[in-house]
Amino acid sequence: MMRYSFFIGCQIPSRVPQYETAARAVLKNFGVELADIRQFNCCGYPMRNVDKKAFLLSSVKNLALSENQGLDMLVLCNCCFGALKNAEHIMAEKGPLQDEVLGKIREMGLNYQGKTRIRHYLSVLYHDTGIAAIKKQVHKTYKELNIAVQYGCHALRPSSVTQFDDPVAPSLFDELVAATGAKSVDWTNKLECCGAPLMGTNDALSADLFSRKREAAIKAEADFFCTSCPYCQIQFDTVQQMLVEDSAGQKALPSILFPQLLGLSMNIDPQTLGLGANKLDISKIESYLSKDKE
Amino acid sequence: MLAVIFSAKIVRLLQAFVLDVLLQRKILKESVLRWAMHMLIFWGFILLLFMHALGRIVTDALFSNYEPTLNPYFFLRDLFGLMVLAGVVVAVIRRFFLKIPRLMTSSMDKYAIGILAVIILSGFLLSGVKITSKTEFSDMAEEYAGWLSQEELRALESYWVSDQGLVSSDVTRPFAADVLDQGKQAHESYCAYCHAPAKSAFASYSTGKILSPAAGAMDRAGFVGILWYIHFLSCFIGLAYLPFSKMLHIFSTPITIMANAVMDEKKSKPENVATRQIIELDACTHCCTCSLYCSAMMGYEARQNTYILPSEKIAPLKALAAGRDLNEAETRAIVEGIYLCTNCDRCTVVCPSGINLRQLWLNARERLLQQGPAEPLVLSQLSFVRGLNRKKTPADIYPLPLEKADNAVSAKYRPLLDPDRSIDLTPPAGGQQPTSGFENTFSYCFGCQNCSTVCPVVGNYEDPQEQLGLLPHQIMCSLGLGLTETAMGAKMIWDCLTCYQCQEHCPQNVNVTDILYELKYMAVAGVDEGRQNHDQAGGLR
Ligand code: SF4
Ligand code: SF4
Ligand code: SF4
Ligand code: SF4
Repeated sequence: MMRYSFFIGCQIPSRVPQYETAARAVLKNFGVELADIRQFNCCGYPMRNVDKKAFLLSSVKNLALSENQGLDMLVLCNCCFGALKNAEHIMAEKGPLQDEVLGKIREMGLNYQGKTRIRHYLSVLYHDTGIAAIKKQVHKTYKELNIAVQYGCHALRPSSVTQFDDPVAPSLFDELVAATGAKSVDWTNKLECCGAPLMGTNDALSADLFSRKREAAIKAEADFFCTSCPYCQIQFDTVQQMLVEDSAGQKALPSILFPQLLGLSMNIDPQTLGLGANKLDISKIESYLSKDKE
Repeated sequence: MLAVIFSAKIVRLLQAFVLDVLLQRKILKESVLRWAMHMLIFWGFILLLFMHALGRIVTDALFSNYEPTLNPYFFLRDLFGLMVLAGVVVAVIRRFFLKIPRLMTSSMDKYAIGILAVIILSGFLLSGVKITSKTEFSDMAEEYAGWLSQEELRALESYWVSDQGLVSSDVTRPFAADVLDQGKQAHESYCAYCHAPAKSAFASYSTGKILSPAAGAMDRAGFVGILWYIHFLSCFIGLAYLPFSKMLHIFSTPITIMANAVMDEKKSKPENVATRQIIELDACTHCCTCSLYCSAMMGYEARQNTYILPSEKIAPLKALAAGRDLNEAETRAIVEGIYLCTNCDRCTVVCPSGINLRQLWLNARERLLQQGPAEPLVLSQLSFVRGLNRKKTPADIYPLPLEKADNAVSAKYRPLLDPDRSIDLTPPAGGQQPTSGFENTFSYCFGCQNCSTVCPVVGNYEDPQEQLGLLPHQIMCSLGLGLTETAMGAKMIWDCLTCYQCQEHCPQNVNVTDILYELKYMAVAGVDEGRQNHDQAGGLR
């Protein structure tokens, strides 16, 4: 039995709750047990631009909480994952800031030694569960469905810190998508940023970066984006909807969260997967599903 | 209206009333101790109010045999009082001894605990002293048994001393059995029909016992009267000040919980939402549950600005809603406090008063940002949700807070970017350098420009240098030359996605993105320092 502390961060419960329910439903089928730690706080990512101490304290507190329960951490959000990984990396060095952070953590009755392994949702599925086990649970496969996967920056890079996959030619996400029968298309901007980090500080630039990605994905004949990060998903779903509303004649390329894609093929009902909670309609995806395998 | 009553809403309303108002299930989920505290105070207080304070009006109407000195009422009064007192003791322990992190205690909390304690303690003292008082006894004996003989009165008094807690120097122990018997008979004939045994008011009786060595002196000094005034006045003050204290939540919290149970934000009239929000500010009981679970709590630990904690934002927002002006330092602190929020909605989910804090923050935030001083935090990813909601802000003023922050943080370094400026190549003595550990890798840069080539932000522009000031490789180069301030003025550092493409692709292992982070920290620190100097030079007050 695999057991992890479950880190969902801030955006998922407030803006992409279907990611959590879908992810839980899928993991349950693979016997992954999740421990909820209510004292978890923000991973620190949103403060990282302006306050290193606030960022480190936030991250390290979460790591310490998980460590003190002797649990590795399963993370759903790329930016949380990246922040936690970077914090772990920074804390491995000695310095006055590190000492200060450790002191504060100790004051809270916690202890941080860097023992907790920080795992991304996709990594757990790929490495711990394994493609073979996933295929066994896939009861319906997608036929002629083209998916543009969005790896996301903060999972991939800096690769020396995140150790997620090959930063130049990653394949983990593609293989997971292929396990459902869908085709993961090659597209030019695949490994680039979704633009979310500049949302709110430079909206025009953020929108440009997204639009470029959409053009590339459409050109590669993708039917859907597929994401594994709430920020990417909000950018591809909520923000895209805003952009489409603003400019007549633009065609939306809807985005599905990976556990939604996988869950449907595992016969988990669409309600649990929260298909209806996405802003852009993704119900069409069910028409790509084959009949049940015998 | 009728349609509302008979719709499913009534069910939800009732459910909210029973589970959230009467039984406070949200608090139970947080902590059993806290729930016990609240239940003891709430139920003890409400029942005392109806049965004791408003006894003649409420209880009389409900129970025909009501008489405050008869059981069960005599016993219940003490029980309810003791419940409140036990709750107050738990509150004191929680607030002053348990050291619960981020449970802040304000003067309002102390007042609330204090006034409750005074009301209940003075009540117990009053009835305790009354039980021991010879004067009270004599008055009662005269009124209800005035026709008894001297000897019979003696016997009655002896019986009261031995059994009902009376203290009297006119009769002396030990009492003969027949005297007590006679006294008991007189008691049963003249007193018992409207006076339950004093022992059933167990707390008052015990108080009387404790006080009995001093009872004679207290009686002569008129303590019954004094305590009655204290008790009555404290009740009166509590009542009169209630609308201005956190005790107002007795009314505002149920309203908030129930309104939020049935109100649909999107379908409600804006003025109704606004009214509700004003009530909501009063519904906050300063229980600090929100702050215990606030996602941004480590921001508070790092910056020690209490306004970062949601429970502490309510007071200044209330002041602002009342039209009061805050001073410069307070305004700055509340702007930072309200912006250092990840919009996770947890505070709203856990608030036992059911306050829609999320909406409160959203509404207050934009106004404060527009009117307040420059806030460097708007240059961070904390702005994500503001970006998502940008259509709620008029397009012409939406960019202003960003421009204000940019001006405060980076614009002062911008003249250094002027290409016509002659560059001073001697590194400034003691000048700032990003020196923290592994970020200090810019010196390995050999200028291959890979970083700028792979940067999607650079790639987005026809004229990147015009837009961004300096490109990533130029920033590394500037740092190599010791031109840190010049680099801090580059718009590039704030337009960086933190996508780490540059760092990943640098053949020299320069930590480009991490260095950009350090430059941002230095630029923001410049603002903080400037403000501190300004404050120290007496710029404040
Ligand atoms: S929404 Fe903001 S104030 Fe509320 S808990 Fe989350 S971070 Fe704290
Ligand atoms: S806002 Fe709610 S949770 Fe926070 S202190 Fe007030 S009543 Fe308690
Ligand atoms: S991290 Fe910043 S500078 Fe580096 S490539 Fe990405 S956007 Fe450009
Ligand atoms: S890629 Fe590295 S070596 Fe090349 S210019 Fe950028 S920082 Fe310098």
